[in-house]
Amino acid sequence: MTVLVGYVPTPEGEAAFTAALAEARRRAEPLVVLNSGRSGAPVSTDIAPDDAVARLTDRADAEGVTLDLRRPEHSGDVADEVLRVAQETDASVIVIGMRKRSPVGKLLMGSSAQRILLDADRPVLAVKP
Amino acid sequence: MDLTPVLDGFAVVLEPTNLLYCLIGVVVGMLVGVLPGLGPAATIAILLPITIGIEPVTAIIMLAGIFYGAQYGGTITSVLLKLPGEASSVVTVFDGHALARQGKAGTALGIAAIGSFVGGTVSIVALTFLAPVVAGFALDFGPPEYTALALLGILLVATVSGGSRLKAVIAASIGLLLATVGRDTFTAGERFTFGSLGLADGLDFVPIAMGLFGLGEILYNLEERHTAAPAPARIANVWPSRGDLRQSRGAIGRGSVLGFFLGILPGGGATLSSLAAYAVEKRRSKTPERFGNGAVEGVAGPETANNAAATSSFIPLLTLGIPANATMAVIYGALLVQGVAVGPRLVEDDPELFWGVVNSMYIGNILLLIMSIPLVGLFVRILRVRPAILAPITVLITLVGVYTVNNSVFDIVLVIVFGVLGYLMKKAGFEPGPLLLAFVLGSLLEDSLRRSLLTFGGDPTGFFTRPISGTLLVLFLLVVLYPALRAGLSRRRPAARSIDTEELV
Repeated sequence: MTVLVGYVPTPEGEAAFTAALAEARRRAEPLVVLNSGRSGAPVSTDIAPDDAVARLTDRADAEGVTLDLRRPEHSGDVADEVLRVAQETDASVIVIGMRKRSPVGKLLMGSSAQRILLDADRPVLAVKP
Repeated sequence: MDLTPVLDGFAVVLEPTNLLYCLIGVVVGMLVGVLPGLGPAATIAILLPITIGIEPVTAIIMLAGIFYGAQYGGTITSVLLKLPGEASSVVTVFDGHALARQGKAGTALGIAAIGSFVGGTVSIVALTFLAPVVAGFALDFGPPEYTALALLGILLVATVSGGSRLKAVIAASIGLLLATVGRDTFTAGERFTFGSLGLADGLDFVPIAMGLFGLGEILYNLEERHTAAPAPARIANVWPSRGDLRQSRGAIGRGSVLGFFLGILPGGGATLSSLAAYAVEKRRSKTPERFGNGAVEGVAGPETANNAAATSSFIPLLTLGIPANATMAVIYGALLVQGVAVGPRLVEDDPELFWGVVNSMYIGNILLLIMSIPLVGLFVRILRVRPAILAPITVLITLVGVYTVNNSVFDIVLVIVFGVLGYLMKKAGFEPGPLLLAFVLGSLLEDSLRRSLLTFGGDPTGFFTRPISGTLLVLFLLVVLYPALRAGLSRRRPAARSIDTEELV
C-alpha cells in the first residue's frame, strides 16, 4: 500500500504534496509522487524542474518517508494516468490539489480533479492551497 | 563608389510600411527559429502567397527578416532547452546548454545576441561594398557563363550541403527534370505534359516550394515526438560580464569573417558555417577541454558565424541571380513571382529594391538585438503548444494560401503531391533543398545552354574558349572529380583522413 500524490509545480501541487507527506507518515506507507506532463509539446509547465524535485526529496528525507518519483508522459487525460498509477501502486489514498476554476472554465476545459474524484475506486484526499 | 543609392536605400527602409514589414519579418523569423522543425525555408515558402499583394521591396524585406531572424530564435531553445530550433544552432547546444545548467543562461543568450548582431552587421557592411563590385563584374556574363555558373551552383549545393552526396545529386536531377515540364521556350513543343492543360505552362515554383518545404516538413514533424522539458526559470542577468566579453571577442571576430565567406559559397550557408566556426574555436583554444562544458567562445563563434552567413548568402542571389542555398532559392522564387529580374543588372536597374533590402538588414539586426531577450518568455510559451494543434493550422494556411495565388485547384493538388514527395524524401534521407534549387536553376541552365550552343554553332568546346566560363567549367570538373581524387589519396595515407573527420565537431 502506498500514498499517491499528483504533483505539479504550482501552489496547489505544493499543498497536495505537504498533505500527502503528512498522510504517508501517519499511515507509515511509502509516498509515490506522480509528475506527468503531456507528451508532444517541447515544453510543459506541468513538469517539475530539477530544483523542485530536489526540494521534494529533501523534505521526504527529513520526514523519514520513502519517496518514489514517477514521471511518465500522458497523451490523453491526466486523470486516467493518475488512476492507472493508483492501480499499479495499489494506493491506499490518492492526494490531489484543487485549483479555483469558474463554472464556464470548467465547462470548457473540464476538470481533472472532478474526474479523479468520481472515477477513483479508493479514497481521495482533495487539498486546497 | 557612389553613395547616393545607398543612402536612398535607407529612405526606402524607413518608410513606415517597410519598417512594419521588417518588424513582422524578424518576429516571425524568431518564432520559427524557436519552433523545432519549421525552418526558415518552410516558413518563407508558406508565406509566399502573402507577398504577392505587396510591393516587391517590402516583400523581400520581410522574407529576408524571416531568414536572419530565425538564426536568433534558434539560439534561445538551444541554450534553454537543449533543443535546437534550427539546424544552424545545433552546435550552440553543446556549450550554450552547459552554461544554462551552470545558471548562466543569460550570459549565453547575451553573448549570442551580441555575436549575432556583430556578425550580421560586419556581413552587411562587407555586402554593401562587395555586392556592386561582383555585380559589375557579372555584367559581362553571357549565356555560356551562366550555363557554367548554374551547373557549378547545382553541383556545389548537392555536394557541400551535408548528408549523402549521391542522394543530393539524385534530388537535384529530379529538380532539373521537373524544370523541363511544360512548353519548350524555343520550339513551343510540349514536354512531359501528358496532354494536361495544367502542365502545359510548366510547373509553377510556388506550389512546389510550398509542397516540398511547407507541407512536407509539417508532415515529417508530426511523426517526431518530443520529450517535454520543464519550463525554464526566468533569466536574470543578460549582460555578459567584462571577462566573458573579452573571452569571446576573438571568437566573434573570427566567426564574422568565416561566416561571411562560407555564406557566399553555394551550399554553404548558416548551418555549415556554424559547424566550421565551432571547430575553429575548439582548435584555436588553449584549453579545448572546456568546450562542451560551458565555454563562452563555443556559443559566440557559431552564433556569430551563422548570422554572418545568413546575410552574406544574399550576395550570389542579388548580384548573380544564383541562389546559394534552399532558403535563398525560395526567396529567389518570391522575386520571380513579383516579376523582379534578378541578376547583375539589379543594382543598376532597381537600386531601390537592392539597397532597400540590404539596408533593411541593419534595421532588422538592431530590432533583433533589442527584442530577442525580452521575448524569451513568449517563445517558451509557444513551445507549449503541441504539434497536433499547430500542424493542422499550418496546413490550412498553406492550402488556402496556394489557392489564392492563381485561384486554381490544380495548384492545391500540386502542393499535396509535392508535400507527399517532400515527406517521403525526408523519410528516405533525401534533402528537398537540392531538388528545389535545381528546379529554380533548371530553366536558367536550359535557356542559357541552348542559347550558347546556338551562338557556338552547336560546338560544346566553345565553352572553354571564353575565359570565365572555361574557368568555371574546370572548377566544375574539379568538384566532380574531387571525391575520387580524395579517395585515391586517402588510400595511400589512411591516417590523414580520420583526423580530419574527427575534428569537425
